[in-house]
Amino acid sequence: MTRMVWRRMLSSLFVGACAIAVLVALVPLAFVLFFVLSRGVQALNLDFFTHMPLPVGESGGGMANSIVGTLILTGLAALMAVPVGVMSGVYLSEFPGSRFTSIVRFAADTLNGVPSIVIGVFAYGVAVLPFRQFSALAGGLALGIMMIPIIARTTEELLLLVPGALREGALALGATRARAVFTVIVPAALPGIITGIVLALARVAGETAPLLFTSFNNRFFTTELTQPISSVTVQVFTYAISPYEDWQRQAWAGALVLVTIVFICSLMARLATSRVADMRGR
Amino acid sequence: MTGQIANPSIRLKAPTPTARPTEGAANRERDVKIDVEHLSFFYGAKRALEDISVKIHPNVVTAFIGPSGCGKSTFLRTLNRMNDIIPGARVEGTARIDGNDIYAPGVDVVGLRRRVGMVFQKSNPFPKSIFENVAYGLRINGMAGSKAELAGRVEESLRQAALWDEVKDRLQESALAMSGGQQQRLCIARALAVRPDILLMDEPASALDPIATQRIEELVYDLKKAYTIVIVTHNMQQAARVSDHTAFFWLGRLIEYDRTDKIFTAPAEKLTEDYVTGRFG
Ligand SMILES: Nc1ncnc2c1ncn2[C@@H]1O[C@H](COP(=O)(O)OP(=O)(O)OP(=O)(O)O)[C@@H](O)[C@H]1O
Ligand SMILES: [Mg+2]
Repeated sequence: MTRMVWRRMLSSLFVGACAIAVLVALVPLAFVLFFVLSRGVQALNLDFFTHMPLPVGESGGGMANSIVGTLILTGLAALMAVPVGVMSGVYLSEFPGSRFTSIVRFAADTLNGVPSIVIGVFAYGVAVLPFRQFSALAGGLALGIMMIPIIARTTEELLLLVPGALREGALALGATRARAVFTVIVPAALPGIITGIVLALARVAGETAPLLFTSFNNRFFTTELTQPISSVTVQVFTYAISPYEDWQRQAWAGALVLVTIVFICSLMARLATSRVADMRGR
Repeated sequence: MTGQIANPSIRLKAPTPTARPTEGAANRERDVKIDVEHLSFFYGAKRALEDISVKIHPNVVTAFIGPSGCGKSTFLRTLNRMNDIIPGARVEGTARIDGNDIYAPGVDVVGLRRRVGMVFQKSNPFPKSIFENVAYGLRINGMAGSKAELAGRVEESLRQAALWDEVKDRLQESALAMSGGQQQRLCIARALAVRPDILLMDEPASALDPIATQRIEELVYDLKKAYTIVIVTHNMQQAARVSDHTAFFWLGRLIEYDRTDKIFTAPAEKLTEDYVTGRFG
């Protein structure tokens, strides 16, 4: 009987430890959200989205240029990373045993773990230095390089989940292998792949380091891809380390906008994923 | 060799006494649609089929029976080269369809698979709408010129598979929302849509209720006018009802192949008799 009691104790000890671990993980998150929300909401208004930054001393103004800049930068990144990432994922899942695949997979995982500032340095070397010009393109390149391995690996994993019977069904009707992949297997995994893309976008939209010396910053509104461009993250960084209270308030508002973007992306991803579950089989 | 079927193609066994095919069937049975000689099949090192020789005739229904794991599905899948995609799989011997060796180098496997339709043991509808499932083969093979033609062929195939009345108002709904039996009939419709020459059906009725099963059996009966049908079944009554010829497999070997009535009433082999009378397996 004491054995029984001992076991029960041990079990509740573990459950307790797990609960504490969860708390430790959640408390900082709650604090971050709380601070960003409470400080950000104070500074957030319609002007923030529609107006340009004002010089020091004048209060008000907004981040319209930075918000558009972030959209352009992530758009450029997606334009580059979605086709490359998805196609790589297809390759990885179609030739799972080959040597090249294991090399690519290893490279993708390594790239995934490379600190983002290193990727910024790389983009600086290949897309800024040769032109002696910070540009939106360089920033998009840096973010795109970060997205590729994430998209490739999620695509691969999702494609491997598609039942082999679907491939056989398509082949049995006279589909070529490529046809089967692109008309049956990829569509079957598409909601999941889109989820992966959205999460990758959310991830890079919040990056600052690789943009600091690629797209740099711009006080003015621009859509010129060969010019430096502002982004919410770099603008938040600039404002946050400034000594001016107005700017610091703007930084909080910018942070709130970023968190909201990530939150909306995750929500979209969640919805899409539950749709996959529906499709897969009730 | 006289009537093909009367001389079962098991080389190692003594020939069984010649059974006379009925007059009408005689002409048809002289033709051979699928001619398999000394075919062995390996999953890696494991032999799943051993020296199978069989001649399958056009416009008749041939049933494959035998205990679970004896290689019925494997054999069926060698006939449309579906086993090609299994890593390490290997075929020995020859298999001819209309006289052409389907394992010869340079064979158009994609074209072969279009002509040799297959309904799988486990239904495998695509995660697309009911309509798109049936239209799939037509689209990828460029077989429907216009929208109206496509819709017409889809309807025709769904009718043939006895599914039209149940789904005609929900063609755009996901095929995955159908019942298991409906999904199986959808897979039959999907295979029929591309009008194959030969239809391989791996236990098409195993997930169906008696009414749907009866419809499938009627369908098989109708289809044999235009198609060559090979059907795997575990149901002895079904084999007896729908098939003209029956092949009995056991442990990867073809034990006996003859006219269905003969297999069920006067089999030449003791093993066959034990199996069809339910004494084992
Ligand atoms: N992909 C595979 N890899 C290795 N072995 C396999 C594979 N598929 C089938 N086998 C083996 O080959 C043998 C024949 O299998 P097969 O599926 O052809 O049997 P079956 O007669 O269709 O059985 P059932 O009536 O249960 O469907 C079995 O021993 C099985 O374990
Ligand atoms: Mg089987």
